[in-house]
Amino acid sequence: MALTFRLNGETVRITDARPTVTLLDWLREEQGLTGTKEGCNEGDCGACTVMVTDSRGSKALNACILFLPQLQGKSVRTVEGASGPDGSLHPVQQAMVDHHGSQCGFCTPGFIMSMVTAHANGATDFDDQLAGNLCRCTGYAPIIRAAETAKDAPVPDWIAQEGSFIWPEISRGEAAGRGAAPPMLPGSADELADLFERRPDATLVAGATDVGLWVTKQLRHLPQMIFLGGCDDLKGIEVADSAVRIGAMADMNALRAAMEPLHPSFAEMLRRFASQQIRAAASVGGNIANGSPIGDTPPALIALGTTLHLRKGDSRRELPLEDFFLDYGKQDRGPGEFVEAVSFPRQPDALKVYKLSKRFDQDISAVLGAFNVTVMNGNISAARIAFGGMAGIPKRAARVEAALTGQPWDQATIQTAAAAFDQDFTPMSDMRASAAYRLEAARNMLTRYFAEQNGAAVSVLEVRP
Amino acid sequence: MSVSKPLPHDSAWLHVTGAARYVDDIPAPRGTLHLAFGLSPIARGHVAAMDLSGVQQSPGVVAVLTAKGLPFANDVSPSIHDEPLLAAGTVNYVGQPVFLVVADSHLNARIAARKGKVDYKEEPALLTLDAALAADSRFEEGPRIYHKGDAAKAIDAAPHRVEGTFELGGQEHFYLEGQAAMALPQEDGGMHVHSSTQHPTEIQHKVADAIGLPMHAVRVETRRMGGGFGGKESQGNALAVACAVAARLTGKPCKMRYDRDDDMVITGKRHAFRMSYRAGFDDDGRLQGVEFLHLVDCGWAQDLSLPVADRAMLHADNAYLIPNVRIESHRLRTNRQSATAYRGFGGPQGMVGIERVMDHIAHDLGLDPAELRQRNYYAPMQTPEAPAGEAQDTSGQPLDPDADLASRGAPVQPAKTSPPPKDVQTTPYHMPVEDFILHDLTAQLLKSSDYAARKAAIAKWNQGQTHLKRGIAFSPVKFGISFTLTHLNQAGALVHVYQDGSVHLNHGGTEMGQGLFQKVAQVAASRFGIPLDKVKITASDTAKVPNTSATAASSGSDLNGMAVKAACDTLRARMAEHLALQHQASPADVVFENGMVRIGQDEMTFEKAAMACYQGRVSLSATGFYKTPKVEWDRIKGQGRPFYYFAYGAAVTEVAVDALTGENRILRCDILHDAGASLNPGIDIGQIEGGYVQGAGWLTTEELVWDDAGRLRTHAPSTYKIPACSDRPGVFNVNLFDGQNREDTIYRSKAVGEPPFMLGISAWLALSDAVAAFGTAYPALNAPATAEEVWRAVRRVRDGI
Repeated sequence: MALTFRLNGETVRITDARPTVTLLDWLREEQGLTGTKEGCNEGDCGACTVMVTDSRGSKALNACILFLPQLQGKSVRTVEGASGPDGSLHPVQQAMVDHHGSQCGFCTPGFIMSMVTAHANGATDFDDQLAGNLCRCTGYAPIIRAAETAKDAPVPDWIAQEGSFIWPEISRGEAAGRGAAPPMLPGSADELADLFERRPDATLVAGATDVGLWVTKQLRHLPQMIFLGGCDDLKGIEVADSAVRIGAMADMNALRAAMEPLHPSFAEMLRRFASQQIRAAASVGGNIANGSPIGDTPPALIALGTTLHLRKGDSRRELPLEDFFLDYGKQDRGPGEFVEAVSFPRQPDALKVYKLSKRFDQDISAVLGAFNVTVMNGNISAARIAFGGMAGIPKRAARVEAALTGQPWDQATIQTAAAAFDQDFTPMSDMRASAAYRLEAARNMLTRYFAEQNGAAVSVLEVRP
Repeated sequence: MSVSKPLPHDSAWLHVTGAARYVDDIPAPRGTLHLAFGLSPIARGHVAAMDLSGVQQSPGVVAVLTAKGLPFANDVSPSIHDEPLLAAGTVNYVGQPVFLVVADSHLNARIAARKGKVDYKEEPALLTLDAALAADSRFEEGPRIYHKGDAAKAIDAAPHRVEGTFELGGQEHFYLEGQAAMALPQEDGGMHVHSSTQHPTEIQHKVADAIGLPMHAVRVETRRMGGGFGGKESQGNALAVACAVAARLTGKPCKMRYDRDDDMVITGKRHAFRMSYRAGFDDDGRLQGVEFLHLVDCGWAQDLSLPVADRAMLHADNAYLIPNVRIESHRLRTNRQSATAYRGFGGPQGMVGIERVMDHIAHDLGLDPAELRQRNYYAPMQTPEAPAGEAQDTSGQPLDPDADLASRGAPVQPAKTSPPPKDVQTTPYHMPVEDFILHDLTAQLLKSSDYAARKAAIAKWNQGQTHLKRGIAFSPVKFGISFTLTHLNQAGALVHVYQDGSVHLNHGGTEMGQGLFQKVAQVAASRFGIPLDKVKITASDTAKVPNTSATAASSGSDLNGMAVKAACDTLRARMAEHLALQHQASPADVVFENGMVRIGQDEMTFEKAAMACYQGRVSLSATGFYKTPKVEWDRIKGQGRPFYYFAYGAAVTEVAVDALTGENRILRCDILHDAGASLNPGIDIGQIEGGYVQGAGWLTTEELVWDDAGRLRTHAPSTYKIPACSDRPGVFNVNLFDGQNREDTIYRSKAVGEPPFMLGISAWLALSDAVAAFGTAYPALNAPATAEEVWRAVRRVRDGI
């Protein structure tokens, strides 16, 4: 069976691609489409941005960490396909010319595709839409002027039609590949459970924002890959009266939208989780299952009292999310077992999530603190506080929680509890932050939480000149 | 006339459609081979044994080269031959190329390059300035010292003094297009090289030496770079030389591009400094004397470190008249990447030093920092136009017969200089300052940015805040324009007029995004009075214009614009003479404008004129040449006139900081910048906006971190954070100062590539101002002022340390 997708409006069938070939390399080396650039080969600069459309809509994605099997049944537009068939410029292209939006021009194709995607989606929060596109020349100002200029222009036909072809035309299934182990593309959670139980050695690939780097940077050989993009039944987010259940394959943009009305501080953190391109690819399940000590969703989810739902074959089990993380690089997940969903109880919103990183956007956290403190009649009735970047795993601040619980909600309690951070955490020093700074910043986040709950201004992002 | 119009970048349409070709986009011939370096994992030591059999057997590998297998020169240094292409026995930093893999694909070359088994005998590495100083590990025999008057005496006699020491970090260029080159072997052993370089002539020279042929056998072509910023002045040598050597060996075209992580690990960065200062001043804050000590981290090889460190000294005064000054500069050799050219070339580091002194004095005296700065300014320009000068030939003799004289790192004998006239204000290196316009510029900017009122409003707002404070700061820029190696201030051009009236343009400059090609094309179009689309911009090519200087030191449009003007004017004169003869008019009466040529009463299109000249057997091809007048410089004594003129600018930046975490934000920036009579205001404003953001990035989020083993830990954009979209100032007002160059530059414009970078210093000073609001002590910020450094400074201020 061939891998089938659309490229700039034309159907493409591939029968012999290795599953770890990235869209970027294939475009540049096989198709001679060199408009899409390699800037970093790790999804951090956006020079390789393309627009990928499926029945759920259009996303900007990084082609450098997008494997060909992930495109099965989708439609791809590169910068060469941003202009019309007659060569007429897309409104964002014309605006970029008019506003001096390019200097060296190397980042420009990626910007164009992020802008084309935002324009097609009617998005005008440009700082956020373009957070994953680095430019070293312009200082961004002219690019934003261009985006503002083009925003009201109608979406050109060739872009508007991108999502309108008949989807079933492109079949789903097991794509053919080279060698003995062609990549597997399950179309449902049941198929996945079955495949993974039979091949527990396989690498599960959800958004490939991490696995992509195993290939492009570590040059790892992945003998068997299972691509989860077809498991639509793992993408749902159900908000019921009693609980919220999030499918493992829900992406970060979907999670952000769902959290906006429930826990806006969580949603704001998700805005800063990573760039548009990464958020559109990265999955909740992947962010948990890879066990990183600096994944941003686990601390927030732990603070909300999240239950993790694991599945192996037909058997399922659940456990508190914090218990999943055993030690650095070690999780409570058996062979053939995968994350199916997470769920947490509906609750009044007291959650604040503080992400501390060198740069506000598209950066990995030095410290991420999530605070969820329930105050009743002036006393703290419950406290769930969890951190990323403070230990080898996402970890609750158990001593701090204990020092708060049952105490009056006042400055003295905060000060006493702050002293307990030393007992909860022994962070390390690395290129992101020193141990001393991490510890003090974590402590200060409790101060910030108290101040914020009492109505004080605490975020430099909200200060205006 | 097309000069002074804000026309788009010449390649804007190609950029936005993805059609613009960079080196890696050029269709490679079938059979092209791909290269990757095997890198040293240790910071210092000897190669004890090398087993490359695993590399050789790796899939797709065609050849593996070590230093012993190189046919001719093993040298990619732009200065003193201390930088081999492949390590010859010793390694000096983590990331140094040790062997070269030639394979059938980029990926196979990368995979194979990791399979080398090399045993090293490790030696203690010098990884800090202190270690290098203690070991007396340095370039040049001792520190360089420039002085004017008696600084120590003046400081000691002054009513007030401040002193301090701070760290000033380096900076990764992060050009979006990584280093890349491709070599195509020719029928006679010659080499055609495509290189992403700011300096095609140096690539030509190094490639020629590496394959044992004269420079005429090597042709280097550069259509455009995806960003340079100084990082492609010398750092592209290794890739081009590797490609040429491999192409010579295999007879196949060879191509090399660094993966981003390799690029960041292998190539040099901006020089980090530790800067100490001592300043004496009176009750009004007027400087009496200043001493600076620069400890410069040059990394392991000399590269361009001497002129970089020199330029830092040459900007230690910035905009201020310092009666007594002494600058001592140590160029230390450490086991890190060899630091290299980066936009400003040491100037920004020198300037940060004196701006720090100003900030410290203002804090000490409780004076408004903008007022204090103006009190210390050089006196304003007296006569608006300078007398024309002669170009002199004052560069000294080469000290090394094999020197690459086109490099800024070329060692030459000191040149003779003439003393400055008496009773004029001079810089610490005794150059008269005659074109100082910052008084007017500052007054305009402080007014347009509403500085005083905002400063008061911020102070009031701060009183109502516990954890957050805002800060505001003004800083000026005075940046010297010219290569300090005098003989590099020359440029050539080649212009053809075809019989259909279309014009082919070539010159010695390279295009890295700065819009040079468009500006120069605007000059050519203006000289002929024709529309811009009649002028064809072509790739920089050593076969068309030889002996070019690097496109660097902001000199691109000054030098090449003038060279092109000269070529066009030669052609115009030839055409005018012929047409005048035909129409019984005087050549002086022939006018080229609006696409027409007027000869007395007659008029014809430029196309017709070109055809007539062709038929009249007039040569329609000409070279042009330019050398900058008035410059002369003795870098050993620190005396002379290294700069033809100064470019000016100033900025006011407002920030907010959070004491709890040190997180900070640029809220607003107002800039007024001097581009003389701008050749293209659209392009110039782009340089200013981009320069400011890059400069602010250097001093805030862009932190380079090495571990104790000398490994760079911030070797990718995941860990090294250049400004992202939302980091630009939320309110960003950029304007050009209305004026023209006092000196006779191309259409009286001024260089604009580097100077705006230093406007970013105002962001760092604004952070200092905001932090100071948390207590009473001086914040004493280091750079970069990351959130963590700001958090530390808040503690210093509160604890009164």
